[in-house]
Amino acid sequence: MCKLKKIEEKFFRILMFCSTVIIATTLFLIIFSILYKGLPSLTWEMVSQVPKGGFYFGKEGGILNAIIGSVYLSLGSTFLALLVGLPLALFMNVHLIRHKKLVNAIRFVLDLLWGVPSIVYGAFGFTIMIYFGIRASLLAGIITVTLFIIPIIVRGMDEVLKSVPRGLLESSLSLGSTRSETAYRVFLKQTFPGLITAVLLSFGRAIGDAASILFTTGYTDYIPTSLNQPTATLPLSIFFQLSSPIPEVQQRAYASAAVLVFIILIISILSRVFSRKYKKNKINF
Amino acid sequence: MRIRRLDISRPLRDKLHSGWMLVTLVIVLILPVILITGLLVKSSLLLQDHSILSLLFSKEWKPLAGKFGFYPFIISSVWVTVVALLIAAPICLLTAIHLTQYANKWVLNIMHPVIDILAGIPSVIYGVWGVLVVVPAISGYVGPFFGKMVSGYSILAGAVVLAIMIIPFILNILIEIFKTIPSELTEASLSLGASKWQTIKYILVKKALPGIISAFGLGMSRAFGETIAVLMVVGNVTKIPKGLLQPGYPLPALIANNYGEMLSIPMYDSALMLAALILFVVVLIFNFASRLVIIKSEIHC
Repeated sequence: MCKLKKIEEKFFRILMFCSTVIIATTLFLIIFSILYKGLPSLTWEMVSQVPKGGFYFGKEGGILNAIIGSVYLSLGSTFLALLVGLPLALFMNVHLIRHKKLVNAIRFVLDLLWGVPSIVYGAFGFTIMIYFGIRASLLAGIITVTLFIIPIIVRGMDEVLKSVPRGLLESSLSLGSTRSETAYRVFLKQTFPGLITAVLLSFGRAIGDAASILFTTGYTDYIPTSLNQPTATLPLSIFFQLSSPIPEVQQRAYASAAVLVFIILIISILSRVFSRKYKKNKINF
Repeated sequence: MRIRRLDISRPLRDKLHSGWMLVTLVIVLILPVILITGLLVKSSLLLQDHSILSLLFSKEWKPLAGKFGFYPFIISSVWVTVVALLIAAPICLLTAIHLTQYANKWVLNIMHPVIDILAGIPSVIYGVWGVLVVVPAISGYVGPFFGKMVSGYSILAGAVVLAIMIIPFILNILIEIFKTIPSELTEASLSLGASKWQTIKYILVKKALPGIISAFGLGMSRAFGETIAVLMVVGNVTKIPKGLLQPGYPLPALIANNYGEMLSIPMYDSALMLAALILFVVVLIFNFASRLVIIKSEIHC
């Protein structure tokens, strides 16, 4: 009997170890297979030129339009989301600190919104676009993605701000600063690296999402010069190139995927650096 | 003079800042209401003519003939989601126990970034990987193993890709939940002579069960709404799938594939909006229930 128990524990420990290894190897497999397929066809021409005539039939050109478009789109929407998200996150943790129930209710709503699939935001954004008579454009895309990442950015910042000790809030208020001064001068400074991590996370979400911008940004071969022009984006350019039957174009899809993986990895490393810094800078009580 | 000017502007600035903060709060709180109203208004056109039940259970999808049966899409969605969860759930549970109970520091040092990066990889990359690895594997090995010739673009391919996508998501929640279980409980069990594994089995998992179930619920709702990755590997054939190796056509893929084409037919437009509404409502219910269970169980701990 006793022995059976030991065997059971051994068995499950091996299973647990295996599942952990499966997860880790899957990640390496994904990154490896994309880079392995993508890197050979990733040339300087790919990332430095816009598509020329017949690009989608395997002729010359690159995906610079999509890279720039994605960067514009994510910068714009992250900025807008920050404009709404930062005040809200501070509001929840400074002004409403005494209304625990209300704050928890807001968190609940944000979590629900976070769970809404991006395709629903996409469909909704498209409806609004039609309603206001805007064409598929960079602006429409930015608005849709902003809606999509607001819950992510607020919840991310909220988690960081939650950790600020109450004593800091009280001492700041007792020294005569107003609540918003406490929010922007004390809380913001105290948690700055952590907040940057939250912003980077939402930037990563914005640059990688395809479903929400499928109908709202349109697609073009040029780099947009104004907000009401359609824009190519990296995820969609990968998607379109991969659905092509021509092998060269599919190769380019893999190369574009490698570019996107690079961007995501850089963002991930950056956010790690910042969150490590956050742990160092924190005032401990 | 200077002090006085400061005195006037500081409360004003505080008011302005606080005012904008309040506005952002209102924006976020009315966002779900606007979302649902927008989708409802758009889909009401279709709902006027057809009853919701006949739409959900009718099998015929012929938009040009005015026939909108969502049944094949709903079934595909359910298949893909459930299979994905069946793959992801045991792996997540075992890994979460391993990471919170047994793992060494160096394992954690590797796994934390791994989970983070896995969670951050865009869905289109998962889709590319699915086309590159999963689909050929199914047509090359899994299909012949069962004695069938298949293209590989199938429910199973969609489920595998989805499973990997929801693993980091579920895993993070599970780890959080296991961390909230008070250590007194496990210590008491250990001090009474139970082995580590017995403690995990009878105390930890039992105590965390509501949380575990809701983590799976959240994972499922995430899988239910995932679009691009599934769209790329699932085959997109309007037919009720009869097996894992057959192609399917989940709801999000339906919306993504047909949007833009449907603008000339108001009914078609309305039908796709209804599909988005169904997605939204299902995901909302799953999320609502799961989050509620998590909150409740945290209070009881």
